[in-house]
Amino acid sequence: MSKDGATLDAKPSTVRGKDRYKSGVMEYKKMGYWEPEYEPKDTDIIALFRVTPQDGVDPIEASAAVAGESSTATWTVVWTDRLTACEKYRGKCYRVEPVPNAPSSYFAWIAYDLDLFEPGSISNLAASIIGNVFGFKPLKALRLEDMRLPVAYVKTFDGPATGIVVERERLDKFGRPLLGATVKPKLGLSGRNYGRVVYEALKGGLDFTKDDENINSQPFMHWRDRYLYSMEAVNRAQAETGEVKGSYLNVTAATMEDMYERAEFASELGSVIVMIDLVIGYTAIQSMSQWARRNNMILHLHRAGHGTYTRQKIHGVSFRVIAKWMRLAGVDHIHAGTVVGKLEGDPRTIRGYYDICREDLVPQKLENGIFFEQQWASLRKLMPVASGGIHAGQMHQLLDLLGEDTVLQFGGGTIGHPTGIVAGATANRVALEAMVLARNEGRDIAREGPAILEAAAKHCLPLRQALEIWKDVTFDYASTDTPDFVPTATASV
Amino acid sequence: MRLTQGCFSFLPDLTDEQIRAQAQYCIDNRWAVNIEFTDDPHPRNTYWEMWGLPMFDIKDAAAVMMELQECRKAYGDRYIRLSGFDSTHGWESLKISFIVNRPAEEPGFRLVRQEGRGRNMRYTTQAYVTDRPEGQRYR
Repeated sequence: MSKDGATLDAKPSTVRGKDRYKSGVMEYKKMGYWEPEYEPKDTDIIALFRVTPQDGVDPIEASAAVAGESSTATWTVVWTDRLTACEKYRGKCYRVEPVPNAPSSYFAWIAYDLDLFEPGSISNLAASIIGNVFGFKPLKALRLEDMRLPVAYVKTFDGPATGIVVERERLDKFGRPLLGATVKPKLGLSGRNYGRVVYEALKGGLDFTKDDENINSQPFMHWRDRYLYSMEAVNRAQAETGEVKGSYLNVTAATMEDMYERAEFASELGSVIVMIDLVIGYTAIQSMSQWARRNNMILHLHRAGHGTYTRQKIHGVSFRVIAKWMRLAGVDHIHAGTVVGKLEGDPRTIRGYYDICREDLVPQKLENGIFFEQQWASLRKLMPVASGGIHAGQMHQLLDLLGEDTVLQFGGGTIGHPTGIVAGATANRVALEAMVLARNEGRDIAREGPAILEAAAKHCLPLRQALEIWKDVTFDYASTDTPDFVPTATASV
Repeated sequence: MRLTQGCFSFLPDLTDEQIRAQAQYCIDNRWAVNIEFTDDPHPRNTYWEMWGLPMFDIKDAAAVMMELQECRKAYGDRYIRLSGFDSTHGWESLKISFIVNRPAEEPGFRLVRQEGRGRNMRYTTQAYVTDRPEGQRYR
């Protein structure tokens, strides 16, 4: 991908002077929203959109319209522009290229001046960049693929309340992925029965258990009961093992007041972690991050609802953008895919998400869907969580693909074990420790993984049983959200 | 009970050969290797006693194994752990930590519950051994 070559129509068409402000309708590309000679400043926010114009609409005009509608423009010329430093405030589309292997779609690079944004507000960023423009009629579809967030902007956010390093220090757990399980069935258990699952799973060897996204306060279980029984289980398991344990208590509720009340109660009971759902909204997420920071609490985010707008390549917002926003907004854990499990996940695309969460400097890597180098300027790191249809037999793949700073969550893969929850948890922990030990000894776990698991199972009956029952379970479907560039493409920008 | 702190507590106790390989892994990653011991196994007892300073500039895990043998001679009745410290910017903390020596018997922990208002509960975890003074525990 080169800056010229495939780039469309390099000529600027901006009308300047008196004619620019004549009343009436003017093409966006003439109003100053298409500036192919513009060099983005280090402090600009840059957005990359996938633009699919309606049939017959010029891709440059469509892209300029996206720039216009996500910044200062409206459908007609307005004289009040002249009361402002309007050239500075215009979003500037400076580059448009056809998407490889997608004849009617185009990548559009748009630069926005930093003054267009309120410091430290994801809601403001979202309202600006994805506020109006996705329903714009001349577009058939539109997707926000990636964003370059300048250091000047990153520094206006507090970032994760705890971060990976301090989370590990608090939990006293180093050198291996953390292990978790979501309590199942996700709905219907009473508080007392729910706590039983938490206790067995933690005692068996998991570090965390987790409320599911839709466990809040239903007729079968009031939230206070869940917290009380879960914390009894956490503390019992802690005393049984001598290890710090946690259970993500979901504080998602109808109002901020309710969420604060639940979070306060979790804190009072000595929980190390609380959880929220993405659907509570960006402002609520930032509020909960501040609360978590004040109360020494790890904040887990379940990305409930994201699949409605992240999954299809043609329209919506890529999850890599959501991951960036959530690192700014300040959560400590985020579900980011498993590659091998039951949920959507192309390996390279997921690698890109993990890099966004965990690295301080993320280089441009088109084959992983990363369009921009991103400097995080020491913003704390966000722990990615792998959850959904994974089991002990995949341990070598999980460790190899996802690395060690991650939470591996085996819900069914713990609770569904034929001889019980303790056995399921132990199988996972033994498989994990055996794999980390082997990796550190220099063995090629991707290749030798199954043999390493077999050897570990010799001294662990529960692992032997887990490997037997789930050995053939894979979820092998084509991904819908894949990178547009193959690894061999040379990146020069 | 078996204390399951650290990276490898669910595996059979590591042999010296296995410990040496993990120490070499730390050294190859340019992490400082640290040996610590304690007779207070509480999960939030962060500061175990240091067996000398962290080993910053060693090339061979043999040095670690020698120190570990010495530590075992002096404190073989207690928990000993080995950890690797990464001073790289943005981490500046442990990268691995695992138990390499255990007391012959591990009596475990008592869970103390203090009932409060509205079914609220305050929990305290106490190791049975810490009822005795430091140094007189696992003997």
